[in-house]
Amino acid sequence: MPTSQVAINKKTANRFIESKQSRWSSRIINLFFCLLSILFIIPLLLVISISFTDEKTLLQSGYQLIPEKFSLAAYSLIFDSPGVLLNAYGITILVTVIGTVIGLFLTSLTAYTISRKDYRYRKIMTFFVFFTTLFSGGLVPFYIMVTQYLHLKDTIGALIVPYLLSPFFILVMKGFMDKIPLEVIESAKMDGASEWRIFFTMVIPLSLPAMVTIGLFISFQYWNDWWLGLLFIDNQNLIPLQLMLYRVMSTIEYLSNNLSSVNVSIDMTQFPSLSTRMAMAVLAAGPMMLVFPFFQKYFISGLTVGSVKG
Amino acid sequence: MIKREWRHFKRNRDLFVMSLPAIVYKMLLSYLPMLGLVIAFKQYRYDLGVFGSEWVGLKNFEFFFRSDTAFIVTRNTILYNLSFIVLTMVIALTLAILLNEVSRKWIKLHQTVLFLPYFLSWVVVGYVVLAFLDHKSGFINVTLGMFGEGAIKWYEQAKYWPVIIVITQLWKAVGFSTLIYYAGLLGIDSSYYEAAKIDGANKWQMVRKITIPLLTPLIVILFIVDVGKIFRADFGLFYFIPNDSSFLYGTTDVIDTYVYRSLRVVGDIGMSTAIGFYQSVVGFVLVLLANWIVKKINEDNALW
Repeated sequence: MPTSQVAINKKTANRFIESKQSRWSSRIINLFFCLLSILFIIPLLLVISISFTDEKTLLQSGYQLIPEKFSLAAYSLIFDSPGVLLNAYGITILVTVIGTVIGLFLTSLTAYTISRKDYRYRKIMTFFVFFTTLFSGGLVPFYIMVTQYLHLKDTIGALIVPYLLSPFFILVMKGFMDKIPLEVIESAKMDGASEWRIFFTMVIPLSLPAMVTIGLFISFQYWNDWWLGLLFIDNQNLIPLQLMLYRVMSTIEYLSNNLSSVNVSIDMTQFPSLSTRMAMAVLAAGPMMLVFPFFQKYFISGLTVGSVKG
Repeated sequence: MIKREWRHFKRNRDLFVMSLPAIVYKMLLSYLPMLGLVIAFKQYRYDLGVFGSEWVGLKNFEFFFRSDTAFIVTRNTILYNLSFIVLTMVIALTLAILLNEVSRKWIKLHQTVLFLPYFLSWVVVGYVVLAFLDHKSGFINVTLGMFGEGAIKWYEQAKYWPVIIVITQLWKAVGFSTLIYYAGLLGIDSSYYEAAKIDGANKWQMVRKITIPLLTPLIVILFIVDVGKIFRADFGLFYFIPNDSSFLYGTTDVIDTYVYRSLRVVGDIGMSTAIGFYQSVVGFVLVLLANWIVKKINEDNALW
């Protein structure tokens, strides 16, 4: 056999082994990710399953992944007197919608100016925005500013204003906008378009993936917020969803700890506290969890963390 | 001179107007509160306001640093944040690189699932943890019971909490970091890999010689930003997950929960500000230091 042919055979053999190896390794990686995904989803399934389990069963045999005895009692209890829940939903939806619209507008506007390489004050503006991530007055001066000087305590404003402009979102948005070529903008300017017109008719449409990604992030921030409520809201009618959820956790604990000691003749097994608690968590997290997968496809292209350097 | 600057300004006027909302906003909510740091050196009284209150020098700091709490909360904050930074970086980077090997149709599913916990609020995560750790009916105690083990009172045993906190944080946040790294990874020009393949490089060599070096700027940015936040703990994690149980303060109390309690529960405004001041200054110095070190190693990777 000529030597060259041996070499070729060896090569094909090698390639064969290599592809077999890579097929195996990719199978193992796939399997690994499947296991990881299961591990990640189990905690959520547990909460959902508890919310659908009969209260007596929960008290007897504890929380289980698969409900021993299926029951909708927790949900029907919540929906029997939905007033408080609906109010909290209303506050949260209002805050989320207003906050996202204004926040997204301001974030993209700011990100756009510091992404423009011909903007004279770009460097100082970048510094002005990002310095706040490095140094801040801390909680107390911020608290005093919002309550004593901006007079936002116990208003919807307190739930919206503090989250309008986050440097991290500006950074992500700027990273995306950096990729818009300056020539495009310059040629539009030649045609007599104003800066605002360029921003609205060119930059925003070109940045759609980043807009969707950041918009969703901002809306999640508002939807999931309890911090501003905890700090600034005492008025029962303005309590957002997550804060209500927190109150429910402590109230039910309070109820179940005290009812037995007061010796009131309420059969705790009839009051579905354990399952209700989890049902509330499902209802609070649910809507956003359903929305999020639909916007997923934008995330990869929208999430470009650029550099802070000008 | 002034005339020339005015001419420049006129040319940039529209863009300046566009950045004006951000300037006003940051002024009101970030820069003016920095002035409020003087409260740290004062005996704050609501009726006298920030500038009318009486000076007390370093008393507020003294009060905090003399207590045992100062050491405990500082230690907790730093150790937790350090472990988050290191673990998140290693795990997220590994997952991102591995995710790149998964076949296309599966990526979306894994991405969604790993990312899902990131979108839950800490309150909801608190419920999830409760479902596992509840004394009477929690999933873990029920499972322990099946093996004949006694139930553990999780919310009263401080020693378990470092592990619980770290696992919770990773479960919630690692998907987000993975996605950021994965997005960066997709931005790498595929011709590098093709060239390496022709040269006979294997997967591991490609990761080491192409992927990691090209992701380094991103890794460094995230690292420096994290270092700056090392003195700031995620309030939600440390407040809702241990359910503010005072049994656990030894291992779960961090600077931020301590400040919150001294502000909203105790009402000690001077000391809370002093601690905030301490957080800001040390965090700031650490960022400068981290950036300086990075600059020494490689100029291009530094944040500024």
